[in-house]
Amino acid sequence: MAPVVEVRGLNYRYEDGTIALRGVDFRLNAGESVALLGPNGSGKTTFILHLNGLLWGDGDVVVCGLRLDKSSAPMVRRKMGMVFQDSETQLFMPTVIDDVSFGPLNAGVDAHQAAERALAALERVGMSAAAARAPYHLSAGEKKRVAIAGVLAMEPEILVLDEPTTFLDPPAQRELQSLLSGLPQAKLVVTHDLRFADALCSRAAFFREGKIVAEGTVAELMRRFEWD
Amino acid sequence: MHHVVLDQWSRGSSPLHRRDPRAKIISLLVLLIVLATATRGLPLLAVSFAGILCAVAVWARVPLGGVLSRAMLVLPFTLVFAAASWIGGDPARGAALVLKAYVSALGALVVVSTTPLPMLLRGVEMLGAPRFLLMVAQFLYRYLFVISEQAQHMRKAAAARGGSFRSAAGALAILFARSYEQAGDIHRAMLARGFQGRFQPLSTPHFHKADVVFLLLGSTAPIVVRAALEQFV
Repeated sequence: MAPVVEVRGLNYRYEDGTIALRGVDFRLNAGESVALLGPNGSGKTTFILHLNGLLWGDGDVVVCGLRLDKSSAPMVRRKMGMVFQDSETQLFMPTVIDDVSFGPLNAGVDAHQAAERALAALERVGMSAAAARAPYHLSAGEKKRVAIAGVLAMEPEILVLDEPTTFLDPPAQRELQSLLSGLPQAKLVVTHDLRFADALCSRAAFFREGKIVAEGTVAELMRRFEWD
Repeated sequence: MHHVVLDQWSRGSSPLHRRDPRAKIISLLVLLIVLATATRGLPLLAVSFAGILCAVAVWARVPLGGVLSRAMLVLPFTLVFAAASWIGGDPARGAALVLKAYVSALGALVVVSTTPLPMLLRGVEMLGAPRFLLMVAQFLYRYLFVISEQAQHMRKAAAARGGSFRSAAGALAILFARSYEQAGDIHRAMLARGFQGRFQPLSTPHFHKADVVFLLLGSTAPIVVRAALEQFV
């Protein structure tokens, strides 16, 4: 199966000298869902921020056949939808419809089509009724759904989700899992929620001290690292 | 939160809500200039303008009591300067200051409560205001509520541990640091969805005949009212 993300020898050091990534190699195939597990501070979030050029380290990142550099970053960002841990920071526009259409408008889609795409994405996540509402009127689960709609409206080939179940109650977590399971995109999920990861992902990678130290199924990694 | 209430009011469906924001902004500017430069018969002019604005608020189905009370927010500031004028032996100037400030705030509130913020900012941008300032205003409006909520959580956490003024001051520094960090996260989220330094509007206001009529009426009415009252006084 063709990889949609291929990372080779990725290294990154923060400005304060902390080494965050040490030669990470990784591959995500089309239609695949992979969980990134590991302790806090092990480099998971730093790693995903390299996949669309929000951080720049040493090493090769190839997304949908495009080698990531400053010139290809805008195109890569259209192909990779990133859902951040805190939906509050992702929903920065005054209304839900303004926010969901933000990505398509930046991609050069005309306003009419952008509105159509946004409404279709909201429909998909079950949030059509909230289109005219302000983001601060929504619950945590609703905000997460709208944040996902914001990246779906960009029609990406890959979804990257950072701790998607944070701030969600158990019913909202189940709804999110059901929603994500129904999406055809390849998914990369950073999470500490092992039940969620096991239900959604066919494969997992375990980060420790800036490196991927093991790959396998979620269940295998849980046993191997006593990660439950 | 005041801005949450105003946001709800601004999403009404009255004829005034449907007017182009530029027509409302220009009318408001004319009213503010006419009021600010008035000297003769000011009390009568201020009452007339307040009456017109109240009638407009009722026409737009905006809660009149809410608008009138919120406009009082400017009074604590102006009363200080009014008191200084009074003490300085010029009570008329003090009274004029209070009247002008209150009616000006009333006018601004009527516009803000009948125009959704994105449209208002779009209108201001189309009239030539610097985009950078408008972006700052938009983010301030969006995140004021979030920061306020964080401040309340921190205040409760401090109170739960017997917090004093000293710890509250420390909390303020933490709140600033958090807001700064959050700004970085927001910027990353914007870049991830292709932001290239300019907000693309989802809808652009268009001037219709009704907007032209409103603009003519809205911008000439304050001048006509003032001219008529100055003849009378």
